[in-house]
Formats: sequence, C-alpha cells, structure tokens
Amino acid sequence: MARSARRSRRERPVQGAPTARDFEGDVSPDWCAGCGDFGVLKALQGAYAKLGRGNHDHLTVSGIGCSSNLPGYVKTYGMHTLHGRALAVATGAKFANHELNVVVTGGDGDGYGIGGNHFIHTMRKNVDLLYIVMNNETYGLTVGQASPTTIVGEQTKSTPFGNLETPLNPVAMAIVAGATYVARAYSSDGPKLAELMYNGMQHKGFAFIDVISPCVTWKGGARVIFDYWKERVQYLEGHDTSDRAAALEQAVKTGHETQLGLFYHDTSRQSLNDMEPVLEKGPIAHQPLGISQEQGDAIIEKMM
Amino acid sequence: MAKYDFAIAVGGAPGQGIETAGKSISQIFARYGLNVFTYTAYQSLIRGGHSFLTIRISSEPIANHGDKLDLIIALDRGSLEKHLPHVSPGGALIYNSDDVKQAPERDDIQLCPISYKELTNDPDRNKRMLNVCASSVALQLVGVDLSMLEDIIIRAFLKRKGQAVVDANVAAARASYNYAAEHFTPFDVQFEKQEPPLAFGSGNTLMAMGGASAGVKFYAAYPMSPSTGVLHWMAPNARDLGIIVRQCEDEISVINMVIGAAHTGARAMCATSGGGFALMSEAIGSAGMMEIPIVVVNVQRGGPSTGLPTKTEQGDLWQVLGASQGDFPKIVVSPTSIMDGFNTIPELFNLVDKFQCPGMVLTDLSLAEGHTTFVPDSINWQPEIDRGELITDQGQTDGEYLRYQITDSGISPRAIPGTPGHMHVVATDDHDEDGGLISDEFTNPHKRRDIMEKRQRKMEGIVELLPPPTFEGPEDAEVTLIGWGSTHGVISEAAGMLTEAGIAANHIHFKWLYPMDEDAINEVLAKSAYSIIVECNYTGQFARFLRGETGFKADSHIRKYDGEPFMPHHVVDGARELLNSKTDLYVPYQEIVV
Repeated sequence: MARSARRSRRERPVQGAPTARDFEGDVSPDWCAGCGDFGVLKALQGAYAKLGRGNHDHLTVSGIGCSSNLPGYVKTYGMHTLHGRALAVATGAKFANHELNVVVTGGDGDGYGIGGNHFIHTMRKNVDLLYIVMNNETYGLTVGQASPTTIVGEQTKSTPFGNLETPLNPVAMAIVAGATYVARAYSSDGPKLAELMYNGMQHKGFAFIDVISPCVTWKGGARVIFDYWKERVQYLEGHDTSDRAAALEQAVKTGHETQLGLFYHDTSRQSLNDMEPVLEKGPIAHQPLGISQEQGDAIIEKMM
Repeated sequence: MAKYDFAIAVGGAPGQGIETAGKSISQIFARYGLNVFTYTAYQSLIRGGHSFLTIRISSEPIANHGDKLDLIIALDRGSLEKHLPHVSPGGALIYNSDDVKQAPERDDIQLCPISYKELTNDPDRNKRMLNVCASSVALQLVGVDLSMLEDIIIRAFLKRKGQAVVDANVAAARASYNYAAEHFTPFDVQFEKQEPPLAFGSGNTLMAMGGASAGVKFYAAYPMSPSTGVLHWMAPNARDLGIIVRQCEDEISVINMVIGAAHTGARAMCATSGGGFALMSEAIGSAGMMEIPIVVVNVQRGGPSTGLPTKTEQGDLWQVLGASQGDFPKIVVSPTSIMDGFNTIPELFNLVDKFQCPGMVLTDLSLAEGHTTFVPDSINWQPEIDRGELITDQGQTDGEYLRYQITDSGISPRAIPGTPGHMHVVATDDHDEDGGLISDEFTNPHKRRDIMEKRQRKMEGIVELLPPPTFEGPEDAEVTLIGWGSTHGVISEAAGMLTEAGIAANHIHFKWLYPMDEDAINEVLAKSAYSIIVECNYTGQFARFLRGETGFKADSHIRKYDGEPFMPHHVVDGARELLNSKTDLYVPYQEIVV
C-alpha cells in the first residue's frame, strides 16, 4: 500500500483559512476502491477546515475495524484504540483537555456491537463529542459477517441461512438514550455530510451521525449496493428538529425509504464537561499537579 | 505508661451502628494518641446478617488486628452467643440484658449486662442508641473520659440529626457510663492521653490521598467491593482538589477513560477488585502498546468469580502479572502497610510517567478496609513529582517528531494532544517509530522486532530503580518467613513472637513484585534459613512466581484461603508445626467465625 517515506510533523503554514487539503493525512487510506468511507473522510477534512482551528487542536479517536483506520488519514492528533472503546477513551481525553475538538469515528460493529454499552452511556452523559459511525451493515475487516445493523434475511458468512436478528435502529436509540444532536447521512452526499459534521462539532453536547457508508466488497459489489441505497435515501422535510417525539416518530418509521438529515437537536441541555466546575480553571492537563499543604492539612483535620 | 496490647470488638447486625460505634471508639483512642488498627469481618448485606469489628490498641506500632479480644460488645443476641467463647480469660463482655432470659455462662470473664430500657427510657424497638450505651460502658472500663465520646456524638449528629438527637445520645452515654462505674470492675489497663493526637483512616482512603498528593487529576470507577472506598474519598474531595471523578457504566469504560485522560496529559488512576480488573485486562495491554502511563489499583477479595465480596485474599497475583495478551512493560507493586499505600501511589506515578507504561497496585481487603492511626506529620503532601520526558509545548522538538522514536533507554519523548507541531496517531496495532501501523505494510518483521525491543528495553531501566525485598530480624536465624504486600505487619509480629519464644526468626518481604531483579533478590534470599512463604491463597501464587523468576524454592508454606486475614498466632503456630514436622504446608484454622 502507498505511504510516504517520511512524514513531517510541521503543520503547513496556512495562508488564510485552512482548507480540507490541510487536513489530509500522510497515509493513503487502505480502503477498497469505491468504499463509502472515502466520502466520509473527505467530508470530515472539510468540516475540520471549516472550523478554522489549527490541526493540533483536534483529536480524532477510533476503535477497530475498516472505518476505524481513519485517524491515520487525517492530519490531527489521533488515537486508534481498542475495538469498541473509542467513546470511553474520547471521554477521558475530552475531560483532560476540553479545549480540544474531539471527534470519534468508527463502524457499526465497533460502536453498536462490542461498544454498545459505551454508546448508550456516552449519549446519556451528553459528553461534548462528535461521534461519526460509518454504518455499512457488515463486519468488513473480518471478511463479511452479520453486524448489529444487518437486515433480516441477509445471507452473510455468519448467517448462511439468512440473518434472523432484527437490526438495531441507531438513530432511534440515540434519541432515546439522550444524545442532543442526532443525524443520519449518506456518504455519497459529501456537502450535506460535511455540513452535518461541522454543525455537530459546533454543538455543545453529544452529537451523533449515523452515516450510511456502503461496503463495496461484502454487499454484492459497488453497483448493487449503491443502487440499493440511491433509491432509498431521502431527506427529512418540514421536520421540527427541536421536537423529540417527532424525531423519534421519524426515526422509527418503517418503509422503503430511509430518512436522512438532522432528526433532533437539543440546545437546552448542558454538556457533562460544561457542568463540571473543576474545568472552569482550564484543562486539567495544564493544571499544576498535587495539592497544597493547606489543602492537605484540612484533609487530615477531618481524620482526627 | 506501661506496655499494653488491648483489643475491643463490637459484634452485631449491619444497621445497628457497629461502624459508627467502632469509628467513634477508634477515633477516641486516636485522639488519645494511641496506636490503633481495626478490621471488620462482615457479610455482603446492607441489613441483617452479622458484622464483627475488632479494634486493637497498643503501646507499640501495630499493623494487624492481633490475636486476642479483651472486651467484646455484643449488640444483639446472635453476637452474644457467637462471641462468648472469644473473650480472652480475664476479659469482659458487654451485652443488653433485655435481650436474654438467662445470663451467659463464663466464670473466667467479667459479664457486663446493661439494660437498654432502663438506661435510656427509649421506646424505640430498633434500639438506635444501644451502640452509644455499650461504647460508654467500654470506655469507662478502660478509663477514658466520657467527654471524648460526647464530642464525637456532637460532631456526628448535630448537623445531620439536630439537637434533640444529640441530647438523647449524650444522656444515654452519661447514664451508661455512670452505671458502669457503679456496677463493673475496670480493667487494669487504664489509657492515658499521649502526644501527639493521631489521625485515623483506612487503606483505601490513604491510597486515594496518595493519589491526590501525586497529582491525580482524573479518577474513574465502577463500584466494587472492597475498592469502593477510594471512590468514596475521591468523589467528595474532587471539587476542592481539582480532580475529575467519573463513575462509569463498567470497568471497561473506567480504564479506557483513564487511558484517554492520561494520554491527553492528566495523571489518571482507577481502582477496582479482581472481577473488574479482569474486565480491564485488554485495555491494560493497550496502555502498554500505546505507551500511556496509568495507575490501576486492584483491591483483592476472595476469588474465583464473584467469590467472597467482603473477604480478603492474595489470589490475583497471576491475573495481574498476566493481564492482557502479548509482552509489554509493566510494573506491579504491593503496598506493605496502610501508610505504605499512601506513599506507593506517587512512587508508582513517577515510574509509569518515566517509563510510559501501566502500573498496577495489588493490595487486598485486609489493608484497604483496615484502618490505622498515624502521626499527621508523617504524611508528605508534597512528594517528588517526575513526569518523565513529556512534551507540552511547541519548542521542544524541531519538527521531526517521532512518537515512538527508537532510543537506547526505550523511552521516547511523549507529546500530549494539543501541542503544536507534534501531531501523531497512537495505535493499539503495532506500529513503527512514527506511529504508522506495521500490519499495513504486510507486517514488516524488522520493524516489529525493533519496536518490540524498544518497548521491552524500558524494563531494564525499571528494574534498576525498584528496591529489593526488605530483610528484618537477626541474620542468624532458625527460620525465615517470606511474604509479600499486605501481610508485612502480621508476619513481622509473628517473627518477633517466635524469636521471643526462642525460635530465632527473620523476615523477608516483597513490595515491588514485577519486574524482578533476579541477582539482587537472590542476594537477599541467600540469607534465609529454613524458609517459609506465607501467603493468603490456595496455590502459593507468589511461591511459584518467585521460583520462576529466581529459581528459589522455599522449604515450606503457610497458606490461608478461608477469607479471613492472618492473625499473628496463625503464622507462629504454622512455623512451629512446619519446623517440627515433615510436612511442607500448614493451613491455619480460623477460630473466629462471623
């Protein structure tokens, strides 16, 4: 696979506003040609650029899987953590330095399967993160087994007689679990995806985007899978994104079409890190270590 | 004042205020400036069942709950029946005579019946003040001023429960104290105040305080006995001390949050017990792989599985040594006393920051939930803090930053996210100097070898800094007792008892368990006579580990795995038996059953 011999850690001197190119990593993605994840990567680079901050002000955190290789492909700080654990790691990172823009990327197996518990609870806690799930309804890197979002009846390597399990509805789950910014997007619509990402980064709280990011290898080939989605996706119209019940109603709607766009946006709830008085003095990563003699004496006094 | 060694025990049902009574009595002795160690045997219940708290008071420094019980307070009939045989001859037993039709039978102790009804006129069926009444009697018998208890009652109840409750309790205390003065014979031991007054705290509390002194800024936990005490100290102190404390959905989240916070520059720590530690295993390896410094405390309880949630054991050694797949640098340390728990945390943080690896503290219920007195000035709130090669601003390197730079020491300068000019990706996949994934290059074997050797070279630096085991007692001895971690106090006392009885005994004790310096350790072990390894598990986990690391094979073993901690006489009896018999294993019998 292609990679540059030497990478420079110098940030490119930015003339004027940064562009998406300034956020291109030095490693070329090793995804299959035509993979939906390329669209997600490009949109993310665009959203980072639009935010206008330095590359070092961003931290991109992922788990394990095809899509979780993404942090290597963007020019920001990155953590490629354990399978399913990215949200927990990202929460710790955000609390250590809440001035960083922390974005979590991963796939459906990583986030909805092995990481399901963290998914629910990070939303409930409303930690100020943007979580982008590249949902391709399969375990791609382990060569094509059923995932938590694989549809009923689909034959995969692990479900040769057809999948019996009902797929998870991540958008509905996010609305119920307490995420304060919930969207679904399609990897082929780059501008709309980048806009949702940018707004998600600006949102103070847990922002979640389930991105339909088709797998060209384990879903019958590029033409089959893109044709499948192309005629199904449609954007929400006339929907009030501040209405949680309406958002849920849209999210659980069944039928041929899959709704895209912003389902729910709650600006009234404070993020967990904004509620934390300890962070008012600035990031804990930059605070002096230890405690004073006076603080220590007060502790001992209570033990006497 | 003459030498003394005295123990008071309180038995009753959880919810009867045993902890309150125990804490009050212990605090009074602490304020008197006397050495105290306490241990509570209890069950995994909130109400009902049975609890038994031992408070040992000694003129000498003590680090275990001792062998005998001079004065027992039985708060319910069950405790009276159960613990009647446990009072040492010449001791005393305080009980509520309203509970019993027939006086208990023991003519070698003083029976001290008190009538709750008569002393308090309290119609409450729950007898909420019985603990205060019985404590007052106990204090009278050992010559402590009642004003000490009154102070504590006011402090405990005034804010939460108001003046009426305080007045009722003080009245009950006075009536009981006076009743005891008129009806019972005081002990020969009459405690007098000494200087300075001492502070009193548990092992969990001292480890949490050690964390605060070390600069812990992020603490995460999932509640799990017997480690929850650390969370219960961190949570209320968090805001004053500038520490972020998070309770998580599970221990997997706990450790991964700690890793995220540590990578981003905060000193971060967590504590759990064996089951939670098992869930953390995979992530501990990821800290090794990504080279992120973290401190994980495992407060052991009886295993396997859910095991004995409220009982002690040293049964997780192999779990901790073997946690996570593959080889990676790590440090394992087992504090030897409650106070050592305080100092161990900053010591370990400096090591893990320097060597950028996970550090694990292996302790157990007996220390973590045991309480001890200490001289307030012995706490060093400003320990040395060494963060190692940490890059926090742009100017520290010249653009060509390699996160995993191959160095002779194996240590690569660590830049934290947010630092301009040092962007990199840390990965749980193996990677090259620059953080690029090796597996993406069709697994380059040379790069893999280089990076593996780089990481493991850190172990050479670590092992040089870890002190060898301690050696105490006469060089020329008949028997050598070898232990690790929490059992230091009990083994040390047993060695002294053996020597006094004419069997010269010395004591080798391990605090730093991994990595082991084979030569340095063998030098200490070479001084041993007939050797006995004392540990609190079934299979001799430490004996097998020590043999594997050093080739040292002990002559025999004393092992306990019934959930209760060693008492000094268990070790003394074991040493005598092993010296006289041809067997190589002694398992002491636990006399006090709760």
